[in-house]
Amino acid sequence: MNMSIRIVQPILALILSPLLLGIINRTKAFFAGRKGQPLLQTYFDLWKLVHKGVVYSKTTGWVFRAGPIINLSAILLITLFIPLGHSKAVIFFDGDIFLVIYLFALIRFFTILAALDTGSSFEGMGASREAQFSALTEPALFLALAAIACGTGKLSLSEILVSVTSRFWLANISIILFVAATLIIVLLTENARIPVDDPNTHLELTMIHEVMVLDSSGPDFAFIVFASALKLWIFAALFAGVLIPDIGFGFWPNLAICVLAVLCVSVVVGIIESCIARLKLLFVPHFIFIATIFAVLAIVFVLRK
Amino acid sequence: MLLALIFIPFLAGVLSLVSRNANLRYFLLGFASVSHFTITVLFWFFPPAALFNNWIGLDRIGQLILSVTSGLFLGAGFYAISYLKNEKHQQIKDFQEDIIFSNVPEAIFICCMLFLLASMTFLALSQHFGLIWVAIELTTLTSAPLIYFHRHHRSLEATWKYLMICSVGIAIALLGNFFLAVAASTGGEKPVSLLASELVKYANVLNVKWLKAAFIFILVGYGTKMGLAPMHTWLPDAHSEAPSVISSLLSGAMLNCAFLGIFRTFQVCTAAGLADFAGDLLIALGLVSMLVAAVYIIRQADYKRMLAYSSVEHMGIVAIGLGLGKAAVFGSMLHLVNHSLTKAALFLVAGNILAVYKTKRTNDVQGMFKVIPVSAFLWLAGILSITGFPPFGTFISEFTILKAGIEQGRFFVSGAYLVLLVIVFIGFATICIRMTQGSPEQGIEKVALKQRILSVVPPAIMILLVLVLGLFIPSSFKNFLHGICMLVGGN
Amino acid sequence: MLIEFMMIFLTLVNLIILSTSRLSTCIKVIAFQGIILGILPVAEGHFDIQLVIFSIIAISVKAILFPSMLLRTLSQLNIHREKKPYVGYGMSLLIGLGAIVLSWWISKNLPLTVAPASSAVLPVSIFTSFVGLYLIITRKMALTQVIGYLIFENGIYMFGVILPQKQPLLVELAVLLDAFVAVFVMGITIFHISREFDHIETDQLSTLRS
Repeated sequence: MNMSIRIVQPILALILSPLLLGIINRTKAFFAGRKGQPLLQTYFDLWKLVHKGVVYSKTTGWVFRAGPIINLSAILLITLFIPLGHSKAVIFFDGDIFLVIYLFALIRFFTILAALDTGSSFEGMGASREAQFSALTEPALFLALAAIACGTGKLSLSEILVSVTSRFWLANISIILFVAATLIIVLLTENARIPVDDPNTHLELTMIHEVMVLDSSGPDFAFIVFASALKLWIFAALFAGVLIPDIGFGFWPNLAICVLAVLCVSVVVGIIESCIARLKLLFVPHFIFIATIFAVLAIVFVLRK
Repeated sequence: MLLALIFIPFLAGVLSLVSRNANLRYFLLGFASVSHFTITVLFWFFPPAALFNNWIGLDRIGQLILSVTSGLFLGAGFYAISYLKNEKHQQIKDFQEDIIFSNVPEAIFICCMLFLLASMTFLALSQHFGLIWVAIELTTLTSAPLIYFHRHHRSLEATWKYLMICSVGIAIALLGNFFLAVAASTGGEKPVSLLASELVKYANVLNVKWLKAAFIFILVGYGTKMGLAPMHTWLPDAHSEAPSVISSLLSGAMLNCAFLGIFRTFQVCTAAGLADFAGDLLIALGLVSMLVAAVYIIRQADYKRMLAYSSVEHMGIVAIGLGLGKAAVFGSMLHLVNHSLTKAALFLVAGNILAVYKTKRTNDVQGMFKVIPVSAFLWLAGILSITGFPPFGTFISEFTILKAGIEQGRFFVSGAYLVLLVIVFIGFATICIRMTQGSPEQGIEKVALKQRILSVVPPAIMILLVLVLGLFIPSSFKNFLHGICMLVGGN
Repeated sequence: MLIEFMMIFLTLVNLIILSTSRLSTCIKVIAFQGIILGILPVAEGHFDIQLVIFSIIAISVKAILFPSMLLRTLSQLNIHREKKPYVGYGMSLLIGLGAIVLSWWISKNLPLTVAPASSAVLPVSIFTSFVGLYLIITRKMALTQVIGYLIFENGIYMFGVILPQKQPLLVELAVLLDAFVAVFVMGITIFHISREFDHIETDQLSTLRS
């Protein structure tokens, strides 16, 4: 499988990721009995935002301008590492799990700094909540990926997901289920979905992610929206890659199955968003701690072999 | 015949639960105690055959404990009749706190007493470790309503503590039973069944590690029921809040029955060569029990609690005797009998004191000789006996254990044992002599009831027996006790 | 594989009971545990008619009888939640996680003479016993202590299931009967406690001392 075919994976990510947000919104509208936004609304939004001018507050410095740029560039870099459909990603090497997780941390760091740079107290509140919740998800994510790495015996993200064959799946179903459970909770937390954060709220006091980017406008905001779509795609791809084994049809059918799975994940997120209410902020750490529990259980089950 | 021993009290209990006539209930209680005692005495002369493939059978240690239980229940049953006749009111005023409470209905009381006898008999007769467990759990459950006879918050608290602690302890013993089963499974071939006799026979093929673990868990589990420190915390509360009849039964009979479970496991361990390991554990727990009891007996304000802590101490002595092994086991078995008789008598006399003085505080009881002379005499005799004063039987048994300890060269154990005995004696003496001497307060003399015969005769007989055992042990009984020592490799 | 799923489910419900304060949830957890434990002997693969009968009896006692008795006591009490336990719920969950790791480690070092059908049963049984004991120690409500006792017995029963030497049916039935009578007596005592004290917090039962 040479590079030229593998490049399809990030290209598909770039093209299809805004569709995920549209699918989520459409699912929520369906549950609410409305017609809802068009599926391609996010593309239109991105187009509109790129053509707008940008407004910078006088109190911000270079950090505020750098934030969205680093956001997007880091996410694009991460996309190159994420395999789709049980084939190797564009770049892979031993230990790229750590690089991916720390790139996420880099994005988070600069987003928080950019939010603090504005000097607004709302954005500071959102930044502190974001810092707390991601501090809790990071060990869960690490432990889950470590569990599955230990189970397959590989250290590279691509090689791990390649090794999730149907034989491995059946032999280690408990580990797979635990890791998948962790990943779905981490997905909901990192992408600011209910039950952690309500993306539709207009009250700054209750926002977490939304409020951090409240002051961004124009192309900056476009970068942020696109980066969040890519983030959702990445986590959904990881989840689908762990949960669905490699049935062995070949590269293109696997790819198609994986893309379909990612779209299904966004439908599932939409269903979750429609069915549960947002948790009290005091209970969100407990919710994330459940992810850590699943991850620890996954490690325990891996180590007993 | 063996089954009759279990079913007579059980059926009598069921009948007394449904009968409405109080006199019928008393009759059932008396009838059950007398017939149970008669059959037990008969078993001494005509040993019964084992039943159900040796699951139910009477071996020597079972016979000893069964006889003690039966004798005590005879005394306690008749005392209970007089006690219940005294407590005939619907609502009673509590002495300590001036609250009004009521009593558990008499039918339930008598029924549970008889069920307790049935379950203790079942325990003495079981030879299978699973059955032993079931029987001990049954004794816990049947005695809990008895502790709650006076329905007020203190006895409720005592009952709850008793239930929870003993149930958890017995559950731990169940785990010990399962470890025993693992030790007996000998790697896939035909496993040894959990019959005591079978386990002793095939002791050399048992897995030693699992056997050790099993002994530890069973010791802790049944030790909770037996009253070994540090698992004894339910004992003082339960024994001080229960009516005196029940306290005497609990202290005199039930603690022995819990000891039976530990004894059988110790038998298996000795046969497997773990006598030293198991013995050391028993000695350690025994010394801790004596220490805890000694600390709490000094300056104890409540005389029933004092007696309860004394039970802890004597169970510790029995454990030390068993743990020392060889000659000390004889002393331990003799002490079992002596302690049961004395403690039961003491609790019954304490019930008399409570009925007259209406207080449980030792400071408020004075001048017993002037008010209730017979009970005072029995009280003094009982205290002398329980502290191991010659010529009572307890002196012989405690001295035997001490002698065996010194002969084996275990000077630390013997020294600590002696010191703790002295401390307990000091504690008892200071409290009880003050209780019997002196002159009572003004109001008591007028209220003193003429003591019913039934409340004085049972304790008197028991103390007399202990005195006799101190002066002269019949040789057949001696041989019988030696036979028990052989079971654990003694002489 | 069925056994693995049952063990995972059992671990999860144990963690739920460590972290919840609602008494009705605790009782539902007992019911789930009863169902799993009832199926466990049959799921091991031996299809003995004796075993099937015993499974049915065990399920009806552990999963139907006990929870209904406890629910009846609960409805008489008018109390719905646990009152501030000695160790908080989040910390209890952490300790539970530590206990899971510890019980897996213990079972690795515990050589059973005959290996059981699934290697997950022994650690989960140790963990269940631990959860039962933990509940008795750290919770104040008398009802939760009874539930802890039942869970402790469930853990020990699981250990008994994986033994190579099956206890005779009579003994197992007698053990169940004992547990039933124990819960019955405890339920009555709790009812009396609530009537006497107007609460069932055992840390307030402290009149008797020394």
